[in-house]
Amino acid sequence: MTLIGQRIPKLDAADKATGRSRYIQDLRLPGLLEARVLRSTVPHGRIVSVDVSRAREAPGVFAVLASQDIPPKRYGYAKDTTALKGDRVRRIGDEIAAVAAVDADAAAEALDLIRFEIEPLPAVFDPERTLDPGAPLVHEDRGSNLVRTHDYAHGRVEEGFARAAHVVEGTFRLPAQAHGCLGPAGAVAEWDARGRLTLHDPTQIPFLIQRDLADTLGIPPSDLRIIQPTIAGGFGARLDLYPHEIISALLARAAGRPVRLAMDREEDFATDPVRPRTVVRMRTAAAADGALLAREADVIVDCGAYVSWGAVTPIVMMHTMGSFYRVPHVKYRARTVYTNTAPTGAFRGFGNPEITFAIESQMDELAARIGIDPVEMRLRNANQPGEVTPQGSRITSCGMKECLEAVRERMPPPGTRPPGGRPLLRAAGENLVASATQTETESPSSPAICPAGRIEGTEPARSPLRRGIGVAAVFHVGGGARIYRSDGCGAMVKIDDFGKATVVVGATDIGQGMETVAAQMAAEELGVPLEAVRIAPADTDVRPWDVGVHASRTTFIAGNAVRAAAKDAKRQIEAARTALGLPPDTPYDKVVRSEHFRDQGSLVIGRAYFDPPNAMVDAENKGNVSAAYVFGAHAAEVEVDVETGQVRVLRVVAAHDVGRAINPMYVEGQIEGGVMQGIGYALLEEVILREGGMSNPNFLDYRMPGPQDMPSIETVIVETNDPSGPFGAKGIGEPPLVPVAAAIANAVANATGVRLRELPMTPERVWRALRAWADVEAPGEICGKE
Amino acid sequence: MRHSIAMTVNGRRTVLDVEPHRTLLEVLRDRLDLLGTREGCGVGECGACTVLLNGRAVVSCLVLAVSADGAEITTIEGLAKEGRLDPIRTGAIQCGFCTPGMIMAAKGASVLEGNLCRCTGYAKIHEAIAQSASPPAGRETTSA
Ligand code: FES
Ligand code: FES
Repeated sequence: MTLIGQRIPKLDAADKATGRSRYIQDLRLPGLLEARVLRSTVPHGRIVSVDVSRAREAPGVFAVLASQDIPPKRYGYAKDTTALKGDRVRRIGDEIAAVAAVDADAAAEALDLIRFEIEPLPAVFDPERTLDPGAPLVHEDRGSNLVRTHDYAHGRVEEGFARAAHVVEGTFRLPAQAHGCLGPAGAVAEWDARGRLTLHDPTQIPFLIQRDLADTLGIPPSDLRIIQPTIAGGFGARLDLYPHEIISALLARAAGRPVRLAMDREEDFATDPVRPRTVVRMRTAAAADGALLAREADVIVDCGAYVSWGAVTPIVMMHTMGSFYRVPHVKYRARTVYTNTAPTGAFRGFGNPEITFAIESQMDELAARIGIDPVEMRLRNANQPGEVTPQGSRITSCGMKECLEAVRERMPPPGTRPPGGRPLLRAAGENLVASATQTETESPSSPAICPAGRIEGTEPARSPLRRGIGVAAVFHVGGGARIYRSDGCGAMVKIDDFGKATVVVGATDIGQGMETVAAQMAAEELGVPLEAVRIAPADTDVRPWDVGVHASRTTFIAGNAVRAAAKDAKRQIEAARTALGLPPDTPYDKVVRSEHFRDQGSLVIGRAYFDPPNAMVDAENKGNVSAAYVFGAHAAEVEVDVETGQVRVLRVVAAHDVGRAINPMYVEGQIEGGVMQGIGYALLEEVILREGGMSNPNFLDYRMPGPQDMPSIETVIVETNDPSGPFGAKGIGEPPLVPVAAAIANAVANATGVRLRELPMTPERVWRALRAWADVEAPGEICGKE
Repeated sequence: MRHSIAMTVNGRRTVLDVEPHRTLLEVLRDRLDLLGTREGCGVGECGACTVLLNGRAVVSCLVLAVSADGAEITTIEGLAKEGRLDPIRTGAIQCGFCTPGMIMAAKGASVLEGNLCRCTGYAKIHEAIAQSASPPAGRETTSA
C-alpha cells in the first residue's frame, strides 16, 4: 500500500487557499434575485392579517409571498409546519412572508412595507415546565407538548441498585449549542422552462432533500436537481429540509428568475437548528471493586417549536446508555417536548455529548467514592473486542483500553510537571505552534492520572489558581448508523481514454476531506497515482444515492463503496486485456482506447453499492445499528481561578480508535476541531433565550473558541484495523467532541473539589458553585475533596 | 450621492463610484468580483473578510469604501499569484471559508486573535503560519 495512511493534502486545498472556491454566497447567475424573509417577533401568536400589497408595488421587487400564496403543504418529521406560517407563529423568527428583488437592499426595503397583525398568545420556553398541567400548548391540535417518549431497558435495574456498594445521583443541564458554521446558511433556486428545479444548496443530505422538497413543492422528485457548492461547515446544521430552501424555490417559481435566499450572521444564528437543551437525571451504581452494576436515566430534550433532528437525539443517547461500558442493568426514559423556541437539530455527536457528560461525570464520582484511579475505574468496565452488548451492539474492533492507557501515559499528574507547566499559546510571539505530534519532554515514571481529591499543585500557596486533570471516554457508532431503512451509498469509477479515473460517489464533502479520502482509496485500489483520480461534481443528476453525511458514517460507508467500485473497474480492465489479447501490463489508457475503437467495444465503469450489515432497532430498541463502533479517551488539564471562577484548559490529550487512519492529517484535523468545539460546549457556548428568541446572535456574545482559547492538543491515533472497514477504517467525525465537556468537568472537580453539572461552565457558574461549596463545607478555604 | 474613489487593488488601478455607506467588503465582492474575501459576520467579529490595506491587515467589513480612496488593497486573489500556499501542505484547511482571511491576517500581522475557524481547532493553522515563516525546504512531498 502506498496511499493509505499518507498525509495527503486535500484535493480542493489550493482552490480554498487562493479564494477560488465558490460558496453559496459566491454564486453568480444572470438575473439572480436576492430574497429576504419577514419573521415573527413574538414567540407565539395568532396571525390576524398579512398585507403584502404595498411590497408588491415596490421598485425592484419581483415576487412577494405570504402563506396564502403557497401550497399549504406541511413538512418535517411530524408534519407540523409549513414554510410560511398561516394561522400561527410559534417562535420568534417564524417565517411570515418573503420577498425577492433585484438586490438585498431592495428586498429589505420591500419587507418594511408588509403590514401584518399578530395577536400574542401565552408561550412556554422551559423544557422542564412545558409538560406541566396548564402550560400553553405549542400545537393546540396535538393536545400536549409531549412529542414522544423513548423507553429502553435491559436487566433489572432495581436489582442492580439494590446490590450496589456505591450509588451516585445527579441532574445534568446541557445548553443549546449553535453550529456557528463560518459561512451562513443559504440556497439558490432556479427553474427551467420545463418546470424542473435546480437548487444550489450546501446541504448534507442532497438525496433526502430531493424527496422532501419535491413533496412540499408538489413536483416529482426527479424534477429536482441538487447541486452542492463548496460547503462552509456542516456539523449537522445542514441535515434537514429548512424553510429557506423551500422559500427560495417558491420565490424563484413566482418570480420566473433565479433567487438566492442567503442569511446574514444574525439570521443564521436565530434560525440555526441548535443542539437541543437537554436535562439528564441520572443515577449509577457500582460494586465495591468498581464494577458497574446499574445505570438509570430520565431525559428531557427540547424540540423547539417544530420537530427536526433534535427530537431524534434520544435514540443516540439510548445507545450510549445501553452499550457504553459493561453495565448489566440499564433503564432509560426520554421525553421530547415542544417549546416556543427555534426547532432544534443535529449537532456533531447528536445526543452523545449530552449523555456522555452525565455518564462520565458519574464515573469519576464513583471512582472517588471507591477510591480508585479514574482510568482504572474505566478500564475495569471497558468494552472489549468481540463483545455483544445487552442492547445488541456487536463490537468488532475495540481500542477503548488502548485509548485509556494512551492518555494515562501522556498526561502525568500535575505534581510531576515543572512549575508553571507547559507554555501556552499566547496573544503574540512565541509558542504559536501547538503541533499535533508534540510530545511531552518529561516522561513520568509512574504514569497515573491522579485520583480525585486535593491536588498538590505547583503554585504558591496563596495563588488562586488550582490545577486539575480529568479524563473521559467515548463510545460512538463508526460503521454507519441505520436510522433509515437505507444506510447505503453508491459509487462509480470510470476509466477514461487517457487512463484517468473519475470517482462518482454519493457522499458529501463538508470540509472533512471525504473527496480526498475517496480518491486515495480509489487510487490505491486501481494502483494509479493520486493525480490520476478526480472526483465528479456534487450534483444529484450525476452522483448515485447516499443517505447523507451524518453519524460519522462517510469514510466507512462511502469508502467501502468506492473501494468496491474501483475493484470492479479493475476487474473490467483485466477482462478487457484478456479479451483483446493484450499483455497483462498494458496501461489503462491503451486498454480503454482499444475498447472504444473496436467493434462492439465497451466502457470501463466500475460500480458498487454498499449498505452495511447493520440493523434498525427493534420494538424494544435493541439491535446492532452500526457495523462497527469507535472508542476514545481524553485527558484534560485545567487551571481554575477560584477567585473569578475562570477555567482555562491548558492541555488536552485525545486518543481515538479510528480503525485505520486513511489520512492521519485529516484524522488529526477532526480530533483538533472536535476538541475545540467541545471546549466551546464545556466553557463558552450557550444560546441565551429571551422570550424564546436568541438574544446573543453574534460572535461577540455567542463566544465560540478563538485562537486564544486553544490549549495544547496532543492527538493519539489508535489503529485497530476493523475487519469490515475500508482498509480497516472506521468513522471519526463526531467522537472527538463527545467526551470533552466531561473531561473538563472532571478536571475542574479534580482541581477544586467542586463538581459542576451544568454547561457551559462559565466563570459565574463556577464561582457560584465554589462559593456554595465553601459556605457549606469549608468556610474560608476552597480546595479539598470531591 | 455617489463618490468616485480610486484604489490600487491587487496591483491594478481601479476607479469606481460608490455609495457612501458601502463597505470595502461589499465593493470587493459585489463590484469587483473578488469573491475570495468572505463575509462571515459583516460586523468585524470573525476575520473572514481580512484584506491588506496599505500593507496592514484590516477587516474589510468595517472599512467604508470611501475611506479606502487612494489606498492600496491586496486581497487573497492578489496573494495567490505569489504561490505561497503553506496551509495546503499542513492540512490547515477544512471547509476553507476562514482560510483566505487567515492567510491575509498572517500576512499583515503575526497574530490571529480576531480570526475564527469553526473546523480546524487552529492547531494546524498555527503550524502553517509558523512553517511559512521559514522556508519549506526539506519537507517531504506526500503524494505518490
Ligand atoms: S465578515 Fe468582516 S469580520 Fe466577519
Ligand atoms: S476551515 Fe472551516 S472555518 Fe476554518
